[in-house]
Amino acid sequence: MFAELNELLNASPQRPEQGKFTLLRDTRTDGSFLVHHFLSFYLRAGCKVCFVALLQSFSHYNIVAQKLGVSLTAAKERGQLVFLEGLASCLDMLFGEEEEEQAGQPRPLRFISESTSDLRALFDFVRTSLAPAAGDAWPGRVLLLDDLGVLLSLGASPVAVLDFIHYCRVAVCSRLQGNVVVLAHGGEDSEDEENELVVTSLCHHSDLILWAEGLATGFCKDVHGQLKIIRRASLQPGGERDVLQTYQYKIQDKNVTFFARGLSAAVL
Amino acid sequence: MICGGLAVGTLLLIEEDKYGVYSNLLFKYFLAEGVVCGHDLFVASAKELPTNILKELPAPLLDDNYRNELGEATAVKSEDFQDFMKIAWRYQNLPKVEVSPTSSARFGHYYDVSKTMSSELLQSIKCHSFFLPEELSLQPTIKMCNMNCGYARLLQSIQKIIYQEGFDGSHPQKKQKNVLRIGIQSLGAMLWGDDICSTDNPEDTHSLTKFLYVLRGLLRKSLSACIITVPAHLIQNKAIMERVTNLSDVVVGLESFIGSERETNPLYKDYHGLIHVHQIPRLNSLICDVSDTKDLAFRLKRKLFTIERLHLPPDLSDTVSRSSKQDLAESAKLLSSGCGAMAIGKKHLDF
Repeated sequence: MFAELNELLNASPQRPEQGKFTLLRDTRTDGSFLVHHFLSFYLRAGCKVCFVALLQSFSHYNIVAQKLGVSLTAAKERGQLVFLEGLASCLDMLFGEEEEEQAGQPRPLRFISESTSDLRALFDFVRTSLAPAAGDAWPGRVLLLDDLGVLLSLGASPVAVLDFIHYCRVAVCSRLQGNVVVLAHGGEDSEDEENELVVTSLCHHSDLILWAEGLATGFCKDVHGQLKIIRRASLQPGGERDVLQTYQYKIQDKNVTFFARGLSAAVL
Repeated sequence: MICGGLAVGTLLLIEEDKYGVYSNLLFKYFLAEGVVCGHDLFVASAKELPTNILKELPAPLLDDNYRNELGEATAVKSEDFQDFMKIAWRYQNLPKVEVSPTSSARFGHYYDVSKTMSSELLQSIKCHSFFLPEELSLQPTIKMCNMNCGYARLLQSIQKIIYQEGFDGSHPQKKQKNVLRIGIQSLGAMLWGDDICSTDNPEDTHSLTKFLYVLRGLLRKSLSACIITVPAHLIQNKAIMERVTNLSDVVVGLESFIGSERETNPLYKDYHGLIHVHQIPRLNSLICDVSDTKDLAFRLKRKLFTIERLHLPPDLSDTVSRSSKQDLAESAKLLSSGCGAMAIGKKHLDF
């Protein structure tokens, strides 16, 4: 996790929030560094994490997590992390042996090969992974998803994706008082209407939005992008206005530094 | 150009130039490098017989120096196949693009495009091929994920080779580990049975993206690297291209000047086209090694294909007329912030 980002969000692994839905967005850049942050943050905070990793392999996340001081392999072994590697699961489903299918192995990505486009099987996977179990040492519950656009690319309809997210919110945020963190790509000038529909809808329902954008002026070596932090105070009782803060960031090998706009270390 | 080469387990997508001339050339370079390094090849095409493609690979420029490095390059370095090994392909003649080398060993080889590779060299490696018209006539259609039949058949074929030849770690006792280079030509074109190139409301918008996802899984789980050329300029539904980009690791677009107004533009007179690097991967790391310059152009000389940083030709003449200076300024607007100091806008500055 990135210490500076924790400061900006006023978050600490000692007292993680509960019942929050966080949307991670990126436009013209790669926002996956935020996924790495939240993964290591919640593992450090002692929550049980269900990570639906659709785009990259386990070893990719593990290597980065180790740089951030967390071992995903160890977390998996002690039962703190349930990791769904989308790529591997898809391969098993398509090229796996016939016997495995009949043995009742769960197939969370069933929607790819079947004509029903609902994500019920994926939701069941999430629900059973995070269900309270006897002797459970992990008080918090977190669902982490990377990334939403893959579900659309694989044939799920936007409505099915929104339904899935809604069910996850109810199950994780409301019932289990846990948190949900989802990454979605896309920007204002994107032509992918389905994706825009999903992202816009999620924006309205998120408690916190972290939006990483590439700089409008183009590529820069010292400032990799801009991060907008939007706290949806308007969703709270009291009806205050949303709080928007903007920072710029630079990604390094083991850390991401944040600074006020125009105050990059290279400039000062 | 893509900072160190194409890592094993990843996918490079090339958006074809309008007539496919240069993308085909890069495609052949990738395969030729595989032959010289002793890798296995898998060539798939819907329009050209793979054996014909292989007959037209450029000949490597081998002298004593290269022969020594050939010995080094063929030895496989990784113990654990989860490690990524870099296979670099760089075509530069002169070091005009600065890329910090990751080690002192030289990567890649040089090729002479005016000569074709000898058949003896080609026979030294194993080539698997997939020619769609033949494959479709051989077996009955299969159903996989409601995907286009051609794509499904191709996936099955790739998976079979990976498994049988042990690129995914099965049959560990079989032989020394090697790398499989997969080349797929013009994916998405109509010859593959997909209509995304002919209409902006295709019947099945998900076949290509499903294919890429499954392919990504296969690549990540095996010692293989893949290059795909896509006729992106024909794909009308831009949402599909965005999704395709997200599902690929490296995406490079080629824009050739053939038949365009840029052919006669004095700015580009030394070059045959531009290269746009749309995406580079962040693999196993928070950072990615982005090169300093974003403006790259290529040219095909008689023997060599080179990629260079785009620079304005020197404006030496005093008598250059006002209109052509204006053109240069217009063209300068098109350059990205890599050359941010250039004057933009219609007015040019008189000194």
